[in-house]
Amino acid sequence: MFDPVQQSYLLEARQMQALSFAVHIPLVCFGIAFPAMVMRAEWLWMRTGDEVYRVLAMRWTKVMVALFACGVVTGTILSFEMGLLWPGFMGTFGAVFGLGFALEGFSFFVEAIFIGIYVYGWNRMSPRAHFISGIPIVVAGLTGSLFVISVNAWMNDPGGFTLTPDGTVTDIDPIEALFGNGHLAYQLIHMYLAGFIVAGFLVAAAYAVGRLRGRWGRYERIALTIPLTVAALAAPVQLLVGDWAAREVAKSQPTKLAALEGVGHTERGAPLHLLGWYSDGKVKAGIPIPKGLSLLAFHDPNAEVQGLDAVAAKDRPPVNVVRIAFQLMVAIGTFLAALSAWYLYARTRRKRVPSGVWFYRLLVVAGPASVVALISGWVTTEVGRQPWVVYEVMRTEAAVTAADGIAVGYGTLAAFFACLIAAVAWILRRLARAPMKTYEEPERALGEG
Amino acid sequence: MLGLELYELPLFFALQGVALYAVLAGADFGAGIWQLLAGRGEQGRRIREHAHRSMAPVWEANHVWLIFVLVVVWTGYPLAFSSMASTLAVALTAAGLGIVLRGVAYALRSASAGDTELRAVDTLTAVGSVMAPFALAAAAGAIASQRVPVGNAAGELWSSWLNPTSIMAGVLALLASAYLAAVYLAADARRAGDEAMAALFRTRALVAGSVAGVAAIAGGLVVRSDARWIFDRLVDTPAVFSVGLSLLAGVGTLVLVLRWHLGAARVSAAVAVAALVGGWALAQNPLLLPGLTVREAAAPDNVQTLLVISILAGGLILFPSLALLFRLVLRGAFQAEPVIERGAPLTGPSSGLAATLTATRLAGACFAIGAIFLVLGDSAWPHAIGVAALGAFIVLGLSALAGEDSRE
Repeated sequence: MFDPVQQSYLLEARQMQALSFAVHIPLVCFGIAFPAMVMRAEWLWMRTGDEVYRVLAMRWTKVMVALFACGVVTGTILSFEMGLLWPGFMGTFGAVFGLGFALEGFSFFVEAIFIGIYVYGWNRMSPRAHFISGIPIVVAGLTGSLFVISVNAWMNDPGGFTLTPDGTVTDIDPIEALFGNGHLAYQLIHMYLAGFIVAGFLVAAAYAVGRLRGRWGRYERIALTIPLTVAALAAPVQLLVGDWAAREVAKSQPTKLAALEGVGHTERGAPLHLLGWYSDGKVKAGIPIPKGLSLLAFHDPNAEVQGLDAVAAKDRPPVNVVRIAFQLMVAIGTFLAALSAWYLYARTRRKRVPSGVWFYRLLVVAGPASVVALISGWVTTEVGRQPWVVYEVMRTEAAVTAADGIAVGYGTLAAFFACLIAAVAWILRRLARAPMKTYEEPERALGEG
Repeated sequence: MLGLELYELPLFFALQGVALYAVLAGADFGAGIWQLLAGRGEQGRRIREHAHRSMAPVWEANHVWLIFVLVVVWTGYPLAFSSMASTLAVALTAAGLGIVLRGVAYALRSASAGDTELRAVDTLTAVGSVMAPFALAAAAGAIASQRVPVGNAAGELWSSWLNPTSIMAGVLALLASAYLAAVYLAADARRAGDEAMAALFRTRALVAGSVAGVAAIAGGLVVRSDARWIFDRLVDTPAVFSVGLSLLAGVGTLVLVLRWHLGAARVSAAVAVAALVGGWALAQNPLLLPGLTVREAAAPDNVQTLLVISILAGGLILFPSLALLFRLVLRGAFQAEPVIERGAPLTGPSSGLAATLTATRLAGACFAIGAIFLVLGDSAWPHAIGVAALGAFIVLGLSALAGEDSRE
């Protein structure tokens, strides 16, 4: 009943989905990580009684709730698109992986309910009760990531079902499909850390801009160190987790690895190439590191690395897109880890935040760069899996809708998202410029006026 | 359970979700519609403000019911879900964009100041609040009038949801949302002691309720001529009891509002909407889509069992949480004057320099151990140890760096 269709808009459908992810995922990072940062400020207030922390937590709460609202509605669009764009995927495999989203739905509920309580409960509940009302938001951020990533991990490593020769799915075991999956652990940790890195560097970058413009007092220093500390601890760990992820990909998705590294032909002792581009089966103008790839991916300088030529041309992903995205992610990740090391060194050895102007200039770059790395990472894994939507089981063209006019929907959505991004920028600017209430008379209430 | 077969249970829960979404998000959209009709001047400003404040703490939770319905249907009835979503693509896109407007307007309002900005933002809310319920109800009308066949975008993209039955459903949804919202906003205003606002919304509730009642009867005639199959089943047993209950509760709400029993009117208005959803479900049963019964559409039994267990377990967390939120809102806790309690007296950093140094060294050691196990390990156990050690690095690092460095 869901035979593949000839869809002339397949590329538009994929771009529409990618655009929606690209808008939603940075907001997700704030959903995962920002509540924890706000609560760290609140906790410091409760512990020290120092009003500066409460003023900070309350101002951040306004930002948190505005970004959360945008995350809710862009997430709703994504869940619509699952059916609008990919009915073949949903119709065939909905019963296999759907449970992951059902569980995620409850995480989302908990998040939305307690964000309502936390935001509107400021100064209207006892400090302890208010702090406790924030904890479910942080927990739901983790469980929500777990359930969503379990579905993506299944798409990379599909199990928990049998496909009969006529294309029907039987012997479905959703638990095995979602949680018995070798990709879940590293994908979850990689994304969860990314949430803290992106939110942390973006918030810190905002205060770094302020410092470069001369806004630098005790309030600003505290507002910069809370997110930066979190991000700086996560970024070096992310490098190690990324290395683990690449080795798992090497094991179970050799074609994706070959695309990441531009390996045209299967070879032993494969070199690692930095920069350059892929053409005619090899990397041109790159800097080769002999045997580097075999060593990194398999811990053996002479290990055999499967090349793209191991599969038919129609089963290969677009190499340059995947490879450039991957290199960009790794380069930015390394930069962020180095900047983090600088910060951690200054804090632990010199007992102060770095004082050089260049640290803050680089921090301003680090904020947006972390978003670029985030999107590049998703391009790497999603485009790297092409032409499959379910790895080696269902091709993306078999999943797409037969409906016409995808290009019109894509254009409309892009216009709406452009407005949404402009709105977010305006909101953040406005909230940043709101006059600072004195520590003695905190803002009356959030969401009023 | 409840005399239902396993294959029907997820659909039963999804329909509860549809009813809750229609009631709760319906009230939210209705509040947006009243913002649109608030008029100018001081009174208009106060109406818009009241509509916003009543809904602000709950709108996000109310909207999650839609996500709940989607995920339960796509897991439990994947073939039906993909057929509906692909044929109703245009309607669902319109609904999705309406929801985006609603959410973005909410976010914008937190940063807006001055009457011009607030009015612009509230207009955005209102546009979203008209688009989303109309398109979603029109999509429901498409399913009810048998215009969504099984298959990948097998039905008409436009006329499936722009036909007499769908348009009638969309208009009725707008009127019912406005009715619900007016009842709720009147009750909220009264609780907050704003009798003038309560009277304003009481009048609006009476008008919207009467118009919705007339529209429902007219709508019945439209459905009779446009979609005879579902009409005949709606006026036959067992659906007719549910439809009758809906009409009764709708009229009863009018009487309650007229007599200022606003708390009871909240409940009966919700019953009116929920019973209509129930009536539709009973009329369609056992057909989900033309030629596709609920049993045929259902995922295998083990999947349905897991889904039902997940829903019940999730409900154990969800309903106490929702009860807490609504209790706080209905008690007016979020509209009370803020009380500034002081934090604990200044105790200074609790951990001394020595403790911080130890934490720093321990964190460094954990990082090294984690790196070795994660990079050199080649199976699950070393990786687990590596991840745990790196987690400890982050926690210890957070504790070592919690203090404020006084020098710059």
